[in-house]
Amino acid sequence: MIGNILGMTAVIGGAFFLLVGSMGLIRLPDFYSRNHATGKSDTLGMMLVIFGMMLIEGVTLNSAKLFFALIFVFLTNPSGTHALANAALRSGLKPWFRKNAGRVE
Amino acid sequence: MMDKFFSYYTIVLMVIIFLPLYRVFKGPTVFDRMLGAGAIGTKTMVLILAIGFLFNRLDMFIDITLAYAVLNFIGTIAIAKFLGTEREKA
Repeated sequence: MIGNILGMTAVIGGAFFLLVGSMGLIRLPDFYSRNHATGKSDTLGMMLVIFGMMLIEGVTLNSAKLFFALIFVFLTNPSGTHALANAALRSGLKPWFRKNAGRVE
Repeated sequence: MMDKFFSYYTIVLMVIIFLPLYRVFKGPTVFDRMLGAGAIGTKTMVLILAIGFLFNRLDMFIDITLAYAVLNFIGTIAIAKFLGTEREKA
């Protein structure tokens, strides 16, 4: 029972982080900042959700498979966004600057 | 209690999944579209796991989730390698 309560809390917290990642993907001004939003916040939310599902499930074979899914997401999601950022930088996409950044008034 | 919780959770998660679709349609560059597609794939893994809890068949749906994660990762890496060797501005 206490595992159910803790697991539901972790699952809802993970959904909050997924929502933050989606809003960052919509509202941020530039490709690199959007990449930062979805690379970190989505990974954390995903790991929290899978960890909460492990707490709900208990110690079974399904819990071990969920643990493998957690390790896989932890390894592949940041490397995928890193590869996209690397490709964008190689193909010459300029980062976004504010209009008069660094100018002394 | 868990059935009701996971059914409401699935509805909320569908709303969260629909948000990056805006970036897929309106992204200025092709990288934005690929980033939105990757984000949709990541959130769809969570949706498939919640549906597995909803149907009480988690052992089958975890395998689908792992296969989906592998396909999502391979697709992102392939598109990144394809676009990274291109010298002009995309």
